[in-house]
Amino acid sequence: MALMARRRTLTLAAIGTAAGLFSGLFGVGGGVLMVPLLVLWCGFGERRATGTSLAAIVLIAGVATAAHGAYGNVHVQDGVLVGVPAVAGVLIGTELQQRISTKAISLIFAALLVVAAADLLVP
Amino acid sequence: MIEAIVIGLAAGVVAGLLGVGGGTLFVPALTIGLGLSQLDAEATSLLAIIPVALVGAARQRAHGNVDLRTGVILGLLGAAGAVGGAALANAVPQRALEVSFAVFILFVATQLVRRALREQPA
Repeated sequence: MALMARRRTLTLAAIGTAAGLFSGLFGVGGGVLMVPLLVLWCGFGERRATGTSLAAIVLIAGVATAAHGAYGNVHVQDGVLVGVPAVAGVLIGTELQQRISTKAISLIFAALLVVAAADLLVP
Repeated sequence: MIEAIVIGLAAGVVAGLLGVGGGTLFVPALTIGLGLSQLDAEATSLLAIIPVALVGAARQRAHGNVDLRTGVILGLLGAAGAVGGAALANAVPQRALEVSFAVFILFVATQLVRRALREQPA
């Protein structure tokens, strides 16, 4: 029992540290990493993994912002102007999700990411 | 100023629809839309993520979907990793950061396509 609890703590430590590194390095929350790993390694359901990952992201993004702030990289006004309307956007998106198929949107968004990646790769 | 608000709203809608966090969208939107450097866009994206994750976590908690103990453990250990990640982002050449971020979002894109193809047509 004690061994299992220890193993679980080590697993969480690995997931958390990796998600944090990703967050600080790429400016993302780290959910892309945490959600699948919580499902695969800790036996979480999809929804519980998402909810738990969001709680962790509040702490991770907070510290990552402070760290980047210390280097003088954070544009505070832009961050607030993007972040506050995004909250409204997420509420709208979550509501819409119950009504429409997300398949087409997933594909469009994937295409957008490919365009953004190409924009970065081709100088 | 208007651009920033529109970017936030649009990125939020997609994040809510797909459950893909805000950051994957915020960073390219901030570089392409507002002309920030990759490093500054990443740092600014992290600030924008905080209110989104806070509201998202509160809503999920109301539905009983948050394992708070696990979330705090992940968050505290993640915070240590985040400081390391931020230091790394500042240490590497900008071009390396751009290329590795491009590879990262290409990976997210493949995950989205795989998930979309698995999903049954509505």
